[in-house]
Amino acid sequence: MDILVIICLAFGFLFFLGGAVGIIRMPDFYSRLHPAGKLDTLGIMAMVVGLSLYNLHHFTLGTVLLTIKMLLIVFFVFLSSPTATHSIVDAGMRAGLRPWTRKTDTRATRNETDETRKEEV
Amino acid sequence: MNTFFLCIAIGLCLLMFMSLYRCLFGPTVLDRLIGVNAIGSKTVVLLLLIGFLYERVDMFVDIALAYAFLNFVTVIAASRYFHKRKGLYEESFMD
Repeated sequence: MDILVIICLAFGFLFFLGGAVGIIRMPDFYSRLHPAGKLDTLGIMAMVVGLSLYNLHHFTLGTVLLTIKMLLIVFFVFLSSPTATHSIVDAGMRAGLRPWTRKTDTRATRNETDETRKEEV
Repeated sequence: MNTFFLCIAIGLCLLMFMSLYRCLFGPTVLDRLIGVNAIGSKTVVLLLLIGFLYERVDMFVDIALAYAFLNFVTVIAASRYFHKRKGLYEESFMD
């Protein structure tokens, strides 16, 4: 049982790490929402499920009620985190943020843009 | 097992500092909101871990549930408040 708890916690921690790195490294507001929305949801679900498994060591009525409460946290986060992410995206669209594209202002042919991108690299 | 919980909690604190970078230096106000949301979702797990370390899970699970709800309400209210702000697109090139 302990090994399962450790696997769940390490899995969730890995997803949280990916989310934090993605929030720092991504170039744009919308692309930053992608790790922030998905990886945090899955990380919190895995970690709370692991902690609730650890809570079931002593199988009494109190620990079962606590486990049900922790699974209610999982259910609530599963509902609320995508809703919050969608709300932030909606705020960005209404405020007029345009998505990130390649850094060429003039509309040139595809060959020229590829050359300019190679020069930028 | 307590040592493992403590290590995971310290690692979560470091990840919260990584998200705090986006809160401090985010180009627009919505980037800061993303950072706040990420920190809040890590705090829920951190509260449960603190509950296991102090062996008072029955108290800390309520606090974690309330914090998750508060985080959700904060993000919804702030994004409803900021969706009329113009000039965010120009603000995002100021770094």
